[in-house]
Amino acid sequence: MILAFNSVILLLALVSAITALQIKDNLSAAIIFGTYSFLLCLAWTVMGAVDVAFTEATVGAGVSTIFLVTTIFRTLRRTSD
Amino acid sequence: MKLIAGIIASILACLLISVAIELPRFGDPHSPANEYVASYYLENAYKDGHVPNVITSVLADYRSFDTMFETCVVFIAGVGIMAILFGTSKKSKHAVQIKSLPSNNSVIIQTATRFIVPMMQLFAFYVVAHGHYSPGGGFQGGVVLAASLILLALAFQLKGGLAFMSKKAMIGYATAGVLLYAGIGVVCMLYKADFLDYSALAYVLPSTDKVMARSHGMLGVEIGVTLTVMSILFGIYTQLASNGHMDEGL
Amino acid sequence: MANFNYIIVVIILCLGLWAMLSKKNLIKKCIGMAIFQTGIILFFISMGAKKGATIPIIQQGYGAHDVAHQAIQASHYANPLTQILMLTAIVVGVATLGMALSLVQRIFNFHGSIEEDEILNQ
Repeated sequence: MILAFNSVILLLALVSAITALQIKDNLSAAIIFGTYSFLLCLAWTVMGAVDVAFTEATVGAGVSTIFLVTTIFRTLRRTSD
Repeated sequence: MKLIAGIIASILACLLISVAIELPRFGDPHSPANEYVASYYLENAYKDGHVPNVITSVLADYRSFDTMFETCVVFIAGVGIMAILFGTSKKSKHAVQIKSLPSNNSVIIQTATRFIVPMMQLFAFYVVAHGHYSPGGGFQGGVVLAASLILLALAFQLKGGLAFMSKKAMIGYATAGVLLYAGIGVVCMLYKADFLDYSALAYVLPSTDKVMARSHGMLGVEIGVTLTVMSILFGIYTQLASNGHMDEGL
Repeated sequence: MANFNYIIVVIILCLGLWAMLSKKNLIKKCIGMAIFQTGIILFFISMGAKKGATIPIIQQGYGAHDVAHQAIQASHYANPLTQILMLTAIVVGVATLGMALSLVQRIFNFHGSIEEDEILNQ
Protein backbone atom coordinates (compact mmCIF):
# COMPACT_ATOMS: atom_id res chain seq x y z
CA MET A 1 0.00 0.00 0.00
CA ILE A 2 1.24 3.46 -0.81
CA LEU A 3 2.02 4.84 2.60
CA ALA A 4 2.75 8.37 1.44
CA PHE A 5 -0.98 8.90 0.94
CA ASN A 6 -1.39 8.47 4.63
CA SER A 7 -0.06 11.86 5.66
CA VAL A 8 -2.49 13.75 3.42
CA ILE A 9 -5.49 11.70 4.55
CA LEU A 10 -4.60 12.05 8.24
CA LEU A 11 -4.16 15.81 7.94
CA LEU A 12 -7.61 16.09 6.35
CA ALA A 13 -9.02 13.92 9.15
CA LEU A 14 -7.49 16.21 11.76
CA VAL A 15 -8.99 19.28 10.07
CA SER A 16 -12.45 17.69 9.96
CA ALA A 17 -12.20 16.65 13.63
CA ILE A 18 -11.41 20.23 14.66
CA THR A 19 -14.26 21.53 12.49
CA ALA A 20 -16.77 19.05 13.93
CA LEU A 21 -15.99 20.27 17.42
CA GLN A 22 -15.97 23.99 16.74
CA ILE A 23 -19.04 24.41 14.55
CA LYS A 24 -22.06 25.94 16.22
CA ASP A 25 -24.73 23.80 14.55
CA ASN A 26 -25.22 20.32 16.00
CA LEU A 27 -26.51 18.74 12.80
CA SER A 28 -23.54 19.95 10.79
CA ALA A 29 -21.24 18.65 13.51
CA ALA A 30 -22.80 15.18 13.16
CA ILE A 31 -22.36 15.17 9.39
CA ILE A 32 -18.74 16.34 9.60
CA PHE A 33 -18.16 13.60 12.17
CA GLY A 34 -19.30 11.19 9.45
CA THR A 35 -16.71 12.71 7.13
CA TYR A 36 -13.98 12.27 9.76
CA SER A 37 -14.96 8.65 10.21
CA PHE A 38 -14.82 7.99 6.49
CA LEU A 39 -11.40 9.61 6.11
CA LEU A 40 -10.05 7.40 8.89
CA CYS A 41 -11.52 4.39 7.07
CA LEU A 42 -9.50 5.39 4.00
CA ALA A 43 -6.33 5.74 6.09
CA TRP A 44 -6.77 2.24 7.49
CA THR A 45 -7.28 0.76 4.03
CA VAL A 46 -3.97 2.28 2.97
CA MET A 47 -2.28 0.73 6.03
CA GLY A 48 -3.56 -2.75 5.16
CA ALA A 49 -6.37 -3.14 7.70
CA VAL A 50 -9.28 -3.94 5.39
CA ASP A 51 -11.56 -5.62 7.94
CA VAL A 52 -11.25 -2.67 10.30
CA ALA A 53 -11.91 -0.25 7.44
CA PHE A 54 -15.02 -2.19 6.40
CA THR A 55 -16.34 -2.12 9.96
CA GLU A 56 -15.57 1.56 10.42
CA ALA A 57 -17.23 2.46 7.13
CA THR A 58 -20.47 0.75 8.13
CA VAL A 59 -20.41 1.52 11.85
CA GLY A 60 -18.81 4.94 11.98
CA ALA A 61 -19.92 6.61 8.81
CA GLY A 62 -23.26 4.79 8.80
CA VAL A 63 -24.81 3.80 12.08
CA SER A 64 -23.01 6.19 14.42
CA THR A 65 -23.90 9.23 12.32
CA ILE A 66 -27.53 8.06 12.16
CA PHE A 67 -27.66 7.77 15.96
CA LEU A 68 -26.31 11.31 16.35
CA VAL A 69 -28.75 12.76 13.81
CA THR A 70 -31.65 10.97 15.49
CA THR A 71 -30.76 12.35 18.91
CA ILE A 72 -30.34 15.86 17.49
CA PHE A 73 -33.78 15.49 15.91
CA ARG A 74 -35.22 14.84 19.36
CA THR A 75 -33.25 17.59 21.12
CA LEU A 76 -31.99 21.00 20.10
CA ARG A 77 -30.16 21.88 16.94
CA ARG A 78 -28.62 25.29 17.62
CA THR A 79 -25.95 25.65 20.22
CA SER A 80 -23.87 28.53 21.40
CA ASP A 81 -20.76 26.49 22.00
CA MET B 1 -12.89 25.86 32.34
CA LYS B 2 -11.80 26.01 28.72
CA LEU B 3 -8.43 27.47 29.71
CA ILE B 4 -7.77 24.82 32.34
CA ALA B 5 -8.81 22.06 29.95
CA GLY B 6 -6.59 23.56 27.23
CA ILE B 7 -3.59 23.64 29.55
CA ILE B 8 -4.14 20.04 30.66
CA ALA B 9 -4.53 18.87 27.06
CA SER B 10 -1.42 20.67 25.84
CA ILE B 11 0.77 19.39 28.70
CA LEU B 12 -0.46 15.88 27.98
CA ALA B 13 0.20 16.38 24.26
CA CYS B 14 3.79 17.50 24.89
CA LEU B 15 4.51 14.54 27.16
CA LEU B 16 2.99 12.04 24.75
CA ILE B 17 4.74 13.47 21.69
CA SER B 18 8.09 13.20 23.44
CA VAL B 19 7.34 9.48 23.86
CA ALA B 20 5.82 8.98 20.41
CA ILE B 21 9.06 9.97 18.72
CA GLU B 22 10.85 7.16 20.56
CA LEU B 23 8.45 4.42 19.48
CA PRO B 24 9.68 1.82 16.94
CA ARG B 25 9.75 3.26 13.44
CA PHE B 26 6.41 3.26 11.61
CA GLY B 27 6.19 0.39 9.11
CA ASP B 28 9.03 -1.67 10.56
CA PRO B 29 8.32 -5.37 9.88
CA HIS B 30 10.49 -6.50 12.80
CA SER B 31 9.18 -4.24 15.54
CA PRO B 32 8.30 -6.02 18.81
CA ALA B 33 4.57 -5.71 18.12
CA ASN B 34 4.93 -7.72 14.92
CA GLU B 35 7.23 -10.45 16.18
CA TYR B 36 6.00 -12.95 18.69
CA VAL B 37 2.34 -13.90 18.79
CA ALA B 38 1.28 -12.29 15.51
CA SER B 39 3.81 -14.25 13.44
CA TYR B 40 2.60 -17.48 15.08
CA TYR B 41 -0.97 -16.65 14.06
CA LEU B 42 0.04 -15.85 10.49
CA GLU B 43 2.07 -19.02 10.05
CA ASN B 44 -0.37 -21.46 11.65
CA ALA B 45 -3.86 -20.12 11.05
CA TYR B 46 -4.39 -21.84 7.70
CA LYS B 47 -2.95 -25.10 8.92
CA ASP B 48 -5.23 -25.22 11.95
CA GLY B 49 -8.54 -24.23 10.44
CA HIS B 50 -8.38 -24.09 6.61
CA VAL B 51 -9.60 -20.49 6.71
CA PRO B 52 -7.50 -18.10 4.59
CA ASN B 53 -8.78 -14.93 6.30
CA VAL B 54 -6.44 -14.79 9.29
CA ILE B 55 -8.56 -12.17 11.03
CA THR B 56 -11.72 -14.28 11.04
CA SER B 57 -9.69 -17.29 12.12
CA VAL B 58 -8.15 -15.53 15.08
CA LEU B 59 -11.37 -13.74 16.08
CA ALA B 60 -13.55 -16.82 16.03
CA ASP B 61 -11.08 -19.52 16.94
CA TYR B 62 -7.97 -18.44 18.82
CA ARG B 63 -9.63 -15.54 20.64
CA SER B 64 -13.24 -16.64 20.67
CA PHE B 65 -13.71 -15.73 24.33
CA ASP B 66 -13.19 -12.05 23.55
CA THR B 67 -15.70 -12.20 20.75
CA MET B 68 -18.27 -13.92 22.94
CA PHE B 69 -18.03 -11.30 25.64
CA GLU B 70 -18.14 -8.55 23.06
CA THR B 71 -21.42 -9.96 21.78
CA CYS B 72 -22.66 -9.92 25.35
CA VAL B 73 -21.59 -6.27 25.67
CA VAL B 74 -23.63 -5.32 22.61
CA PHE B 75 -26.60 -7.21 24.01
CA ILE B 76 -26.31 -5.50 27.39
CA ALA B 77 -26.05 -2.08 25.72
CA GLY B 78 -29.29 -2.72 23.85
CA VAL B 79 -31.07 -3.88 26.99
CA GLY B 80 -29.71 -0.88 28.90
CA ILE B 81 -30.98 1.60 26.31
CA MET B 82 -34.39 -0.02 26.41
CA ALA B 83 -34.33 0.28 30.20
CA ILE B 84 -33.43 3.96 30.04
CA LEU B 85 -35.83 5.08 27.36
CA PHE B 86 -38.69 2.60 27.09
CA GLY B 87 -41.84 3.67 28.85
CA THR B 88 -41.02 7.33 29.42
CA SER B 89 -44.24 9.21 29.99
CA LYS B 90 -45.74 11.07 27.10
CA LYS B 91 -46.55 14.01 29.34
CA SER B 92 -42.93 15.10 29.58
CA LYS B 93 -43.07 18.85 29.15
CA HIS B 94 -40.03 19.33 26.99
CA ALA B 95 -40.23 16.50 24.49
CA VAL B 96 -40.04 17.64 20.91
CA GLN B 97 -43.38 17.36 19.12
CA ILE B 98 -43.19 15.81 15.70
CA LYS B 99 -44.42 18.36 13.20
CA SER B 100 -45.43 16.87 9.89
CA LEU B 101 -42.17 16.54 8.02
CA PRO B 102 -42.36 17.52 4.36
CA SER B 103 -40.89 14.26 3.15
CA ASN B 104 -43.18 11.97 5.08
CA ASN B 105 -44.47 9.93 2.16
CA SER B 106 -42.11 10.65 -0.66
CA VAL B 107 -42.71 8.34 -3.61
CA ILE B 108 -39.14 8.60 -4.85
CA ILE B 109 -37.60 7.52 -1.56
CA GLN B 110 -40.03 4.66 -1.10
CA THR B 111 -39.54 3.29 -4.60
CA ALA B 112 -35.76 3.51 -4.39
CA THR B 113 -35.85 1.80 -0.98
CA ARG B 114 -37.86 -1.07 -2.40
CA PHE B 115 -35.03 -1.68 -4.86
CA ILE B 116 -32.11 -1.13 -2.54
CA VAL B 117 -33.10 -3.02 0.62
CA PRO B 118 -33.17 -6.55 -0.90
CA MET B 119 -29.78 -5.94 -2.50
CA MET B 120 -28.35 -4.72 0.80
CA GLN B 121 -29.60 -7.77 2.65
CA LEU B 122 -28.29 -10.12 -0.02
CA PHE B 123 -24.91 -8.42 0.18
CA ALA B 124 -24.97 -8.71 3.96
CA PHE B 125 -25.57 -12.46 3.78
CA TYR B 126 -22.74 -12.74 1.28
CA VAL B 127 -20.41 -10.85 3.61
CA VAL B 128 -21.24 -13.20 6.48
CA ALA B 129 -20.94 -16.40 4.46
CA HIS B 130 -17.79 -15.38 2.60
CA GLY B 131 -16.06 -14.08 5.70
CA HIS B 132 -13.63 -16.98 5.59
CA TYR B 133 -12.16 -15.98 2.25
CA SER B 134 -12.53 -12.21 1.94
CA PRO B 135 -12.75 -9.23 4.28
CA GLY B 136 -15.97 -9.58 6.19
CA GLY B 137 -17.41 -11.76 8.87
CA GLY B 138 -20.10 -11.56 11.48
CA PHE B 139 -19.92 -7.95 12.63
CA GLN B 140 -19.79 -6.38 9.22
CA GLY B 141 -22.73 -8.42 7.93
CA GLY B 142 -24.78 -7.68 11.02
CA VAL B 143 -24.22 -3.96 10.73
CA VAL B 144 -25.16 -3.93 7.02
CA LEU B 145 -28.37 -5.82 7.88
CA ALA B 146 -29.15 -3.29 10.62
CA ALA B 147 -28.52 -0.47 8.15
CA SER B 148 -30.99 -1.99 5.70
CA LEU B 149 -33.64 -2.15 8.42
CA ILE B 150 -32.93 1.46 9.43
CA LEU B 151 -33.36 2.47 5.78
CA LEU B 152 -36.76 0.76 5.79
CA ALA B 153 -37.73 2.60 8.97
CA LEU B 154 -36.64 5.91 7.49
CA ALA B 155 -38.55 5.52 4.24
CA PHE B 156 -41.77 3.93 5.50
CA GLN B 157 -42.00 5.66 8.91
CA LEU B 158 -41.15 3.82 12.09
CA LYS B 159 -44.32 1.70 11.90
CA GLY B 160 -43.18 0.29 8.57
CA GLY B 161 -39.84 -0.70 10.03
CA LEU B 162 -41.46 -2.19 13.12
CA ALA B 163 -43.82 -4.21 10.94
CA PHE B 164 -40.72 -5.91 9.58
CA MET B 165 -39.18 -6.58 12.97
CA SER B 166 -41.29 -6.04 16.06
CA LYS B 167 -39.90 -5.53 19.55
CA LYS B 168 -40.47 -9.18 20.44
CA ALA B 169 -38.62 -10.30 17.33
CA MET B 170 -35.74 -7.95 18.16
CA ILE B 171 -35.27 -9.36 21.63
CA GLY B 172 -35.77 -12.88 20.30
CA TYR B 173 -33.05 -12.55 17.68
CA ALA B 174 -30.64 -10.92 20.10
CA THR B 175 -30.98 -13.68 22.68
CA ALA B 176 -30.84 -16.33 19.95
CA GLY B 177 -27.51 -14.93 18.79
CA VAL B 178 -25.88 -15.00 22.21
CA LEU B 179 -27.35 -18.43 22.95
CA LEU B 180 -26.05 -19.81 19.64
CA TYR B 181 -22.55 -18.63 20.42
CA ALA B 182 -22.48 -19.94 23.97
CA GLY B 183 -24.41 -23.04 22.93
CA ILE B 184 -21.74 -24.07 20.45
CA GLY B 185 -19.22 -23.76 23.26
CA VAL B 186 -21.29 -25.93 25.58
CA VAL B 187 -21.78 -28.56 22.86
CA CYS B 188 -18.01 -28.74 22.53
CA MET B 189 -17.76 -29.26 26.27
CA LEU B 190 -20.23 -32.17 26.12
CA TYR B 191 -17.77 -34.10 23.95
CA LYS B 192 -14.97 -33.81 26.50
CA ALA B 193 -13.15 -30.92 24.83
CA ASP B 194 -12.55 -27.42 26.18
CA PHE B 195 -15.21 -24.72 26.02
CA LEU B 196 -15.30 -23.37 22.43
CA ASP B 197 -12.83 -25.94 21.12
CA TYR B 198 -14.49 -26.58 17.77
CA SER B 199 -12.64 -29.79 16.97
CA ALA B 200 -15.17 -31.59 19.17
CA LEU B 201 -17.81 -30.73 16.58
CA ALA B 202 -16.28 -33.42 14.37
CA TYR B 203 -18.37 -35.89 16.37
CA VAL B 204 -21.57 -33.95 15.78
CA LEU B 205 -21.37 -32.96 12.12
CA PRO B 206 -21.40 -35.80 9.61
CA SER B 207 -18.22 -36.61 7.68
CA THR B 208 -15.95 -33.82 8.80
CA ASP B 209 -12.47 -34.16 10.18
CA LYS B 210 -11.14 -32.04 13.00
CA VAL B 211 -9.79 -29.27 10.78
CA MET B 212 -13.00 -28.74 8.79
CA ALA B 213 -15.00 -28.90 12.02
CA ARG B 214 -13.12 -25.79 13.14
CA SER B 215 -14.10 -24.04 9.95
CA HIS B 216 -17.78 -24.91 10.40
CA GLY B 217 -17.69 -23.94 14.06
CA MET B 218 -16.34 -20.53 13.10
CA LEU B 219 -19.21 -20.04 10.66
CA GLY B 220 -21.71 -20.96 13.36
CA VAL B 221 -20.43 -18.43 15.86
CA GLU B 222 -20.26 -15.74 13.19
CA ILE B 223 -23.96 -16.30 12.47
CA GLY B 224 -24.69 -15.87 16.17
CA VAL B 225 -22.81 -12.58 16.23
CA THR B 226 -24.67 -11.37 13.13
CA LEU B 227 -28.09 -12.02 14.67
CA THR B 228 -27.27 -10.17 17.87
CA VAL B 229 -25.61 -7.16 16.24
CA MET B 230 -28.41 -6.72 13.68
CA SER B 231 -31.26 -6.77 16.15
CA ILE B 232 -29.58 -4.67 18.83
CA LEU B 233 -28.46 -1.90 16.48
CA PHE B 234 -31.95 -1.66 14.99
CA GLY B 235 -33.38 -1.71 18.51
CA ILE B 236 -31.16 1.19 19.58
CA TYR B 237 -32.32 3.16 16.54
CA THR B 238 -36.02 2.64 17.30
CA GLN B 239 -35.57 3.63 20.94
CA LEU B 240 -33.62 6.78 20.07
CA ALA B 241 -35.93 7.86 17.25
CA SER B 242 -39.18 7.45 19.08
CA ASN B 243 -38.10 8.53 22.56
CA GLY B 244 -39.06 5.13 23.91
CA HIS B 245 -42.64 5.02 22.75
CA MET B 246 -42.02 3.15 19.46
CA ASP B 247 -44.89 4.77 17.63
CA GLU B 248 -43.50 7.51 15.44
CA GLY B 249 -40.04 8.86 14.80
CA LEU B 250 -37.67 10.33 12.21
CA MET C 1 9.29 12.52 9.76
CA ALA C 2 9.27 8.84 10.49
CA ASN C 3 6.62 8.67 13.21
CA PHE C 4 4.16 11.16 11.73
CA ASN C 5 1.22 8.82 12.38
CA TYR C 6 1.91 8.69 16.09
CA ILE C 7 2.10 12.48 16.38
CA ILE C 8 -1.28 12.79 14.65
CA VAL C 9 -2.63 10.17 17.07
CA VAL C 10 -1.48 12.20 20.07
CA ILE C 11 -3.07 15.37 18.65
CA ILE C 12 -6.38 13.59 18.04
CA LEU C 13 -6.35 12.11 21.55
CA CYS C 14 -5.75 15.46 23.19
CA LEU C 15 -8.39 17.06 20.96
CA GLY C 16 -10.97 14.51 22.10
CA LEU C 17 -9.97 14.94 25.74
CA TRP C 18 -10.19 18.74 25.51
CA ALA C 19 -13.63 18.48 23.90
CA MET C 20 -14.95 16.20 26.63
CA LEU C 21 -13.64 18.49 29.37
CA SER C 22 -14.45 21.93 28.07
CA LYS C 23 -17.49 21.82 25.81
CA LYS C 24 -20.79 22.74 27.41
CA ASN C 25 -23.09 21.08 24.91
CA LEU C 26 -23.74 17.42 25.68
CA ILE C 27 -23.80 16.39 22.03
CA LYS C 28 -20.35 17.90 21.52
CA LYS C 29 -19.12 15.90 24.48
CA CYS C 30 -20.40 12.73 22.85
CA ILE C 31 -18.66 13.63 19.59
CA GLY C 32 -15.48 14.25 21.57
CA MET C 33 -15.75 10.79 23.12
CA ALA C 34 -16.13 9.21 19.68
CA ILE C 35 -13.11 11.11 18.34
CA PHE C 36 -11.07 9.92 21.33
CA GLN C 37 -12.02 6.31 20.63
CA THR C 38 -11.14 6.45 16.95
CA GLY C 39 -7.79 8.02 17.83
CA ILE C 40 -6.88 4.99 19.91
CA ILE C 41 -7.89 2.70 17.05
CA LEU C 42 -5.65 4.67 14.70
CA PHE C 43 -2.73 4.17 17.10
CA PHE C 44 -3.07 0.40 17.17
CA ILE C 45 -3.48 0.06 13.42
CA SER C 46 -0.40 2.23 12.87
CA MET C 47 1.57 -0.11 15.10
CA GLY C 48 0.56 -3.04 12.92
CA ALA C 49 1.33 -1.57 9.50
CA LYS C 50 4.36 -2.89 7.61
CA LYS C 51 6.14 -1.40 4.61
CA GLY C 52 5.53 -3.45 1.48
CA ALA C 53 3.12 -5.88 3.17
CA THR C 54 -0.24 -7.01 1.89
CA ILE C 55 -3.55 -7.59 3.65
CA PRO C 56 -3.60 -10.53 6.11
CA ILE C 57 -5.50 -12.99 3.89
CA ILE C 58 -3.36 -15.97 2.96
CA GLN C 59 -3.27 -16.28 -0.80
CA GLN C 60 -4.53 -19.83 -1.51
CA GLY C 61 -2.45 -21.51 1.11
CA TYR C 62 -1.81 -25.20 0.91
CA GLY C 63 -0.91 -26.06 4.44
CA ALA C 64 2.25 -24.22 5.23
CA HIS C 65 2.85 -22.77 1.76
CA ASP C 66 1.24 -19.84 0.03
CA VAL C 67 0.59 -19.50 -3.70
CA ALA C 68 4.25 -19.07 -4.58
CA HIS C 69 5.04 -22.35 -2.82
CA GLN C 70 7.19 -20.65 -0.23
CA ALA C 71 6.70 -20.97 3.46
CA ILE C 72 4.36 -18.29 4.80
CA GLN C 73 6.57 -15.40 5.90
CA ALA C 74 5.04 -13.21 8.52
CA SER C 75 6.70 -10.07 7.19
CA HIS C 76 4.74 -10.30 3.93
CA TYR C 77 1.41 -9.77 5.68
CA ALA C 78 0.14 -6.93 7.82
CA ASN C 79 -0.12 -7.65 11.52
CA PRO C 80 -3.52 -9.24 12.22
CA LEU C 81 -3.40 -9.13 15.99
CA THR C 82 -3.83 -5.37 16.33
CA GLN C 83 -6.65 -5.35 13.77
CA ILE C 84 -8.62 -7.95 15.69
CA LEU C 85 -8.44 -6.03 18.95
CA MET C 86 -9.61 -2.92 17.16
CA LEU C 87 -12.61 -4.67 15.59
CA THR C 88 -13.88 -5.33 19.09
CA ALA C 89 -13.09 -1.75 20.08
CA ILE C 90 -15.15 -0.27 17.24
CA VAL C 91 -18.24 -2.30 18.09
CA VAL C 92 -17.98 -1.55 21.79
CA GLY C 93 -17.52 2.12 20.87
CA VAL C 94 -20.80 2.29 18.99
CA ALA C 95 -22.60 0.58 21.87
CA THR C 96 -21.18 3.17 24.28
CA LEU C 97 -22.16 6.02 21.95
CA GLY C 98 -25.73 4.72 21.77
CA MET C 99 -25.88 4.55 25.55
CA ALA C 100 -24.55 8.12 25.93
CA LEU C 101 -27.04 9.48 23.41
CA SER C 102 -29.97 7.83 25.15
CA LEU C 103 -28.89 9.47 28.40
CA VAL C 104 -28.71 12.85 26.60
CA GLN C 105 -32.26 12.37 25.35
CA ARG C 106 -33.51 11.51 28.81
CA ILE C 107 -31.80 14.59 30.27
CA PHE C 108 -33.43 16.76 27.62
CA ASN C 109 -36.85 15.31 28.39
CA PHE C 110 -36.46 16.24 32.02
CA HIS C 111 -34.66 19.59 31.92
CA GLY C 112 -35.47 21.05 28.52
CA SER C 113 -31.92 21.95 27.58
CA ILE C 114 -28.67 20.20 26.76
CA GLU C 115 -26.23 22.93 27.78
CA GLU C 116 -24.35 22.02 30.91
CA ASP C 117 -24.50 25.40 32.65
CA GLU C 118 -28.25 25.78 32.11
CA ILE C 119 -28.85 22.35 33.62
CA LEU C 120 -26.63 23.10 36.61
CA ASN C 121 -28.42 26.37 37.27
CA GLN C 122 -31.86 24.75 37.52
